[in-house]
Amino acid sequence: MSCLTVNNLEVTFSIQKQKARAVRGVSFELGNTRTLGIVGESGCGKSITALSIMRLIPSPPGKIEAGEVHFEQKNLLSLPERQMRSIRGKRISMIFQDPMTSLNPVFTCGNQIAEALRLHKGMSRDEAAAFGMELLSEVGITEPLRAWSSYPHQLSGGMRQRIMIAMALSCSPRLLIADEPTTALDVTVQAKLLELLKKLQDTKDMSMILITHNLGIVAGMAHDVIVMYAGEVMESAAARELFDSPLHPYTVCLLKTIPAVERREERLTVIPGSVPTLLDIPDGCPFHPRCPQAVERCKKEHPPLHNVNGSKRLVRCHLYE
Amino acid sequence: MNNEICIDVRDLKIHFPARGGLLGKVNGWTKAVDGVSFAVNKGEVFALVGESGCGKTTTAQAIMGLIKPAAGSIQINIGDRDGHNQKNWDKLNAAGRKELRKQMQIVFQDPYSSLNPRMTVRSILEEPLIIHKMGSQKERAARINELLEQVGLAKSYLDRYPHEFSGGQRQRIGIARSLATSPKLIVADEPVSALDVSIQAQIINLLQDMQSRYNQTLLFISHDLAVVRHIANRIAVMYHGKIMEMGSDEQIFSGSLHPYTKLLLKSVPTISVPQSSEKMAADKKGIAADTSSTGSKAQNEVCELLTPEPRGCSFYPRCPVKSQQCLNETPPLKDFGGGHLCACFKSMQE
Repeated sequence: MSCLTVNNLEVTFSIQKQKARAVRGVSFELGNTRTLGIVGESGCGKSITALSIMRLIPSPPGKIEAGEVHFEQKNLLSLPERQMRSIRGKRISMIFQDPMTSLNPVFTCGNQIAEALRLHKGMSRDEAAAFGMELLSEVGITEPLRAWSSYPHQLSGGMRQRIMIAMALSCSPRLLIADEPTTALDVTVQAKLLELLKKLQDTKDMSMILITHNLGIVAGMAHDVIVMYAGEVMESAAARELFDSPLHPYTVCLLKTIPAVERREERLTVIPGSVPTLLDIPDGCPFHPRCPQAVERCKKEHPPLHNVNGSKRLVRCHLYE
Repeated sequence: MNNEICIDVRDLKIHFPARGGLLGKVNGWTKAVDGVSFAVNKGEVFALVGESGCGKTTTAQAIMGLIKPAAGSIQINIGDRDGHNQKNWDKLNAAGRKELRKQMQIVFQDPYSSLNPRMTVRSILEEPLIIHKMGSQKERAARINELLEQVGLAKSYLDRYPHEFSGGQRQRIGIARSLATSPKLIVADEPVSALDVSIQAQIINLLQDMQSRYNQTLLFISHDLAVVRHIANRIAVMYHGKIMEMGSDEQIFSGSLHPYTKLLLKSVPTISVPQSSEKMAADKKGIAADTSSTGSKAQNEVCELLTPEPRGCSFYPRCPVKSQQCLNETPPLKDFGGGHLCACFKSMQE
């Protein structure tokens, strides 16, 4: 059973009268109670993909050109805005990277958690407060009463992110999208929050999309992984498979460039060049100018996603034809 | 590498006033750096590691002479042509300070905000040379070309503005600027944390190349232990303005003694799992246990520097192996041999 199916998603942004193709034909399927990791460097389209699922792309300049997002027998992209609003925050919720900017500084945390509960569940003020406090203790806040009446600036980054998680979980969503949930936090806090997310997912019967540039986090959290580059899926595999035997040259390079904390290398492997800007995506394979295994064909012919060994593993590279 | 000392920091204390109320009265002091001592040898890569708010950047700024310490001394020993070496910011006049600044340069974290958007690459790189009156116009132009080449940028970039470059390229410009005056000491304050992983490796390699080519001393500040492991010879782990543990990379990464260092190392998410997935699961459980054992206080995470200084070890509230002694006394930094220092009563007993 799948929880979410994305087919051929295309998103463009108009920048200076040009069209930047931020997401180019992304498709994936997310099983019930599974975690999908979307990995890639900045500008690869991973956050735009997530925002498109929620239909939160600022438009203009953004536009969802094509594609389908199936969730609970509905195509989210063709729903009227009114119905979409009843899904957002209720059936699908999202956690953002920066807990300082995504909380409203002029309302107390309690006020903001209660908003979703009163809106989606029709609770009264008191009911929402009682339920909200329970949520806060569930996400590991030991003094829920104090946190409930605090303003965001009075709390630390880790606490704020816990508030965000409580808010996202308040309506028991079926799908949680976490966009770089721990990037702004210290490592020890990050470890605690990831542990919390894992535990909550197990108990709440919920699917999760985890967007991050940190491959270590994906290795510890996700069941399946897609690697994106220049708006496209380069490789899609089960997490263990991907890390044990990466196939796409980009994935291979990416794994090699990360310094490991377990050992010291004399020199880090480098991917030459830099990520292409969206207005200037190379012809053929988008990775070919930086690819150590590129051949003449890669410059001209855009590789399709190849199915490897008849398994569910997909690789966008001519090498695996 | 010789063992001559380049930076000697002794009992450094930096306090910031905490103001409150209508008239901004000073009602307390934030002890950002609280009694830090360490020495960096010439030609060494020394890393200051710690979580946000631990005082690592403040320490570096004091070394650069950008913040005046409340107490303690900083001796900088960069052999200049006059031969007299020991320098101390307080005891220098303006000219002396300028001369010292020429010998030490800084690379900042954010390559977007640390380059003036209204200056071309040429003027960015030329500015330090003009300030320090180095060379004629012709010599300066030659030096700029040389710098660009060293950091792997094309000469055609000279007349462009910072916004035309990617993050990695901007950081290269920042590094080129820091190299302009041929300094003996480079302070790199989180130089790669704003960059993508594929670019991060390029910049680390570049910093390493430059450091070994010019035998510079590099003070590297980072929260990323994997990066530090890769680049540093010696490491100091800071927490709440104090050094918790200090030692060589082997000592810190393979034989860490302090529970805080161990917690940091355990918290780094890793991908190399296949052979040891069970071990990782166990490690993760370890963290969970740490959390639950200390979890009764949620303010654990809050880096509340302002709270009245508790006596004893500042890591006490989060420590998994604490004892009554840790609450009452502050553990001193004790030498465990081979330059491995650790401030923990528990490790002293063992």
